[in-house]
Amino acid sequence: MKPRKLSLHIDVDAFIPATDQDKAYLVKMRSSSTFFKDGMKRLLKNKVALVSIIVILVVVLGCIFIPMFWPYKYDQMLGVTAGAAVDSSYANLAPFQYGATEKALIEQGTKVFPHIFGTDAAGRDYFIRVVYGTRISLGVGFFASLIVLVLGMLVGSIAGYCGGKVDMVLMRIVDVIYSLPDTLMIILLASVLKQTLGAAIEKTIFAKMGSNMLSLFIVFGALYWVSMARLIRGQILSLKEQEYVLSAQASGAKAGWIIRKHMLPNCISVIIISTALQIPSAIFTESYLSFLGLGVNAPMPSLGSLASDALNGISSYTYRLVIPALIISIIVLSLNLFGDGLRDAFDPKLNA
Amino acid sequence: MSLLEVRDLRTSFFTDAGEVKAVNGISFDLDRGQVLGIVGESGSGKSVTAYSIMQILADTGRIVGGSIKFDGQELVGAGEKVMKTIRGARISIIFQDPMTSLNPVYTIGHQLIEAIMLHTGRDKKQAWDKAVEMLRLVGVNDQQRRMKQYPYEFSGGMRQRVMIAMALACEPDILIADEPTTALDVTIQAQILELMKSLQQKMGMAIIMITHDLGVIAQMCDETIVMYAGQICEKGRTDDIFYNPAHEYNKGLLHSIPTVHSAGQRLKPIAGTPIDLLDLPQGCPFAPRCERAMKVCISQHAPELTVGDGHTASCWVNVEAGLKDGSIVIDDQAAGKEPAHE
Amino acid sequence: MNPKTVSYILKRILMAIFTIWVVITVTFFIMHAVPGGPFLGEKAISESAQRALEAKYGLDKPLFEQYLTYLSDIVLHFDFGPSLKQRGREVIDIITDGMKTSVKLGLIAAVIALICGTVLGSVAAIRRNKTIDKVIMVITTAFVSMPSFIMGTLLLAFFAVKLHLFPANGSTASGMVLPVVTLSLYPMAYITRLTRSSMLDVLGQDYIRTAKAKGVSGWAIIFKHALKNSLIPVITYCGPMIAGIVTGSLVVEQIFAVPGIGRAFVNSITNRDYPLIMGTTIVLAILIVVMNLVSDIMYKVVDPRISFD
Repeated sequence: MKPRKLSLHIDVDAFIPATDQDKAYLVKMRSSSTFFKDGMKRLLKNKVALVSIIVILVVVLGCIFIPMFWPYKYDQMLGVTAGAAVDSSYANLAPFQYGATEKALIEQGTKVFPHIFGTDAAGRDYFIRVVYGTRISLGVGFFASLIVLVLGMLVGSIAGYCGGKVDMVLMRIVDVIYSLPDTLMIILLASVLKQTLGAAIEKTIFAKMGSNMLSLFIVFGALYWVSMARLIRGQILSLKEQEYVLSAQASGAKAGWIIRKHMLPNCISVIIISTALQIPSAIFTESYLSFLGLGVNAPMPSLGSLASDALNGISSYTYRLVIPALIISIIVLSLNLFGDGLRDAFDPKLNA
Repeated sequence: MSLLEVRDLRTSFFTDAGEVKAVNGISFDLDRGQVLGIVGESGSGKSVTAYSIMQILADTGRIVGGSIKFDGQELVGAGEKVMKTIRGARISIIFQDPMTSLNPVYTIGHQLIEAIMLHTGRDKKQAWDKAVEMLRLVGVNDQQRRMKQYPYEFSGGMRQRVMIAMALACEPDILIADEPTTALDVTIQAQILELMKSLQQKMGMAIIMITHDLGVIAQMCDETIVMYAGQICEKGRTDDIFYNPAHEYNKGLLHSIPTVHSAGQRLKPIAGTPIDLLDLPQGCPFAPRCERAMKVCISQHAPELTVGDGHTASCWVNVEAGLKDGSIVIDDQAAGKEPAHE
Repeated sequence: MNPKTVSYILKRILMAIFTIWVVITVTFFIMHAVPGGPFLGEKAISESAQRALEAKYGLDKPLFEQYLTYLSDIVLHFDFGPSLKQRGREVIDIITDGMKTSVKLGLIAAVIALICGTVLGSVAAIRRNKTIDKVIMVITTAFVSMPSFIMGTLLLAFFAVKLHLFPANGSTASGMVLPVVTLSLYPMAYITRLTRSSMLDVLGQDYIRTAKAKGVSGWAIIFKHALKNSLIPVITYCGPMIAGIVTGSLVVEQIFAVPGIGRAFVNSITNRDYPLIMGTTIVLAILIVVMNLVSDIMYKVVDPRISFD
């Protein structure tokens, strides 16, 4: 048979076997990383989420530190001194405007700190009230979410792990509460608690918080834990199927230990994301209730109550309404964006 | 002229991580009435080849080179208008998972009729009758009642039969079957394959059977292509592929299959993991896992060499053997002027 | 109709009735937690009102009997009792008056939200990652984060006060524009995002690939194959949307001085008009529960796959 011709360039020496080193050069192994590291990497790449968390941090730090050095108190009605007539030159000042008394003081050489947002009808510095209001809104939102988280985790993990009758009863209760129109019930509860709690807590530590804030927490605790409970129960149910519970049970571990050590850490990312998205909704509910007059007691400001108070003077003092409104929007928006970013980064089911 | 002529097809996916070269220069022919098998691991590019022919690639995918001639007509770059007349009418495809491949909110009757009315200009009544006849042909009983049911009311095997009915309703020239039995039970698998075989004999269409299961290949296909990392390793009659493997990858595959005789012996899998398609090496993509790899394998891609009647393979081992027994000589002068060939 | 569907519907209706009963009961007992009870809570009611109330509710009778009387009055006669603060008016009349305005407002807002939302969401999905999509996403993210009372106050501030484009009072026809817009913005933004993600999800499904492989054209794929599947989550949202509109209307009516049931409710809280508070709570709750029920049933009808739990 005639030899066939192959037209190509080859080095006849190249027909010796390749070494392992030669082969290794071809294969690039991608570095392995943990779920957490992967997630953090993705999160850090998300510019929107990063900007949002920075905004939130700035706001939070502002709320904590500004009142410490600000010369005005949120409930300090400038111009009102016990026993003397009210000096009305402090009331209703525009941003950066000085009242008559203050102008006189400046001429005398005293330094008067400017009212960046002016003052309200009672002569209180508006800027510090806004800062304080933000603090209250953020604080209530955060703690309410915490309450929701704890209650939800408690009920959800018990229902999920125990199963059977316990699960059924708990879930029936969850279903009923879930189908109640929550905002209506909250308004109802808040309006009643406003009346009843005032007397009940007078001598206790809760008196400082005010009956309204306490009722807010009670109301949140009563109604909003249900979706968290459902979520956690679902997580636990799926985890129950996993192998390692069997092996843990085989080695004689008790139910409580199993729940804490094996199951909960796996739900952590889902829980954190859900809580992160719960905070803005809690803040929203708080400001909504404050707007309706069911929120924190005067003189403590909340962004919602500031907005509602400003409604009356809307034509002359529009900025008093716009400022708290914008701040609430920014806070809620940033928290939502950050929560979205967290979910995109850590939720294993979403493969964008 | 063959019914389908694919020459040097290249398809890539453009992702955030870079260009994934899913199909990297493949060529083959398909004749009328022929049953061609494409076998390979996940990621070998076999499904992408099929989607390239039908041009139903995902948004990020594109044919970046080569030609696909169907019945003399060039499909690459032909445009949507042309492809719409071909899809479902002259070339059809059935997919791996029949559950998700059928629209859950429409009855299967509706979905069958849609295909028929779209391509054959029949009216609704005629299309209905044709659909019923197709169902009968694929072995679905009680057709009139079934036409009004929804996909979720069918079992896996039944759904795949419906998919086949839908694909063949317009009597296409080519049926592409992308892993049609992978999602089914073994017994149902056998039934579906039997059905496809008998339909092929009855209707005479060509079939491209894409699978990772050598057993399916053995049962159904006249000719077979073995793919790895977007390239064709070996091509030929199914018998040759099985009994005269000429590529190291194919040899590895065949050795890794447990047989009735190998009871009690250790299984011999192919070592290593499939290559990263983002970062393809210059030489043979299988080299890192190949026991017989040579230095030339690392640096150069082997030419397609004829090793038997209608049987080709791209493996340097064959070149080495040919050089040793003198049946091949190297022609350095002609090199560089044309692509490597013999 | 499929017998399973019928039994599902019946079960849901029973659940809804049960929920309404729970609402009535909870409302009743919570209101009686107020010192002095809801009907006598304030000292400043007129003699005649007090006598009428005592006779009507038998306030000397045990609480549980009072509860049963209240319950039967509502269920059998739609009678919620007289208003404490609005002399001579029955609660049910106040409610019906207010509902006329509020339902009109809410319905228009809902329809706008649904239509605009689904259209915008589909456009965003089809033109994914192009400019129009990014613009839509940014705007909707902003609107979804703004509570309706914020939106309302801002709109009021700019359009009514500063620009004098619309009257600040909501009782006239042109005065309805701002409240309707305010009420519809959040649901519209939400529905846009929902439709977009739902449609993107659907477009990635295998059966869309099958449709393309059959030779179906691009538009037909979207309108026939994708749309019906994409709208399923939107239908589920209708119930919560109505609840949201009801909630929103409480503040929106306050802000724009719209004489609807929302404003009546808020005022009743400030005035401590307990029978009115109870009546409005129950009526609004019934509305929300019924809408959720309708939405659940419709969902079932549209998607035949859903399991019948």
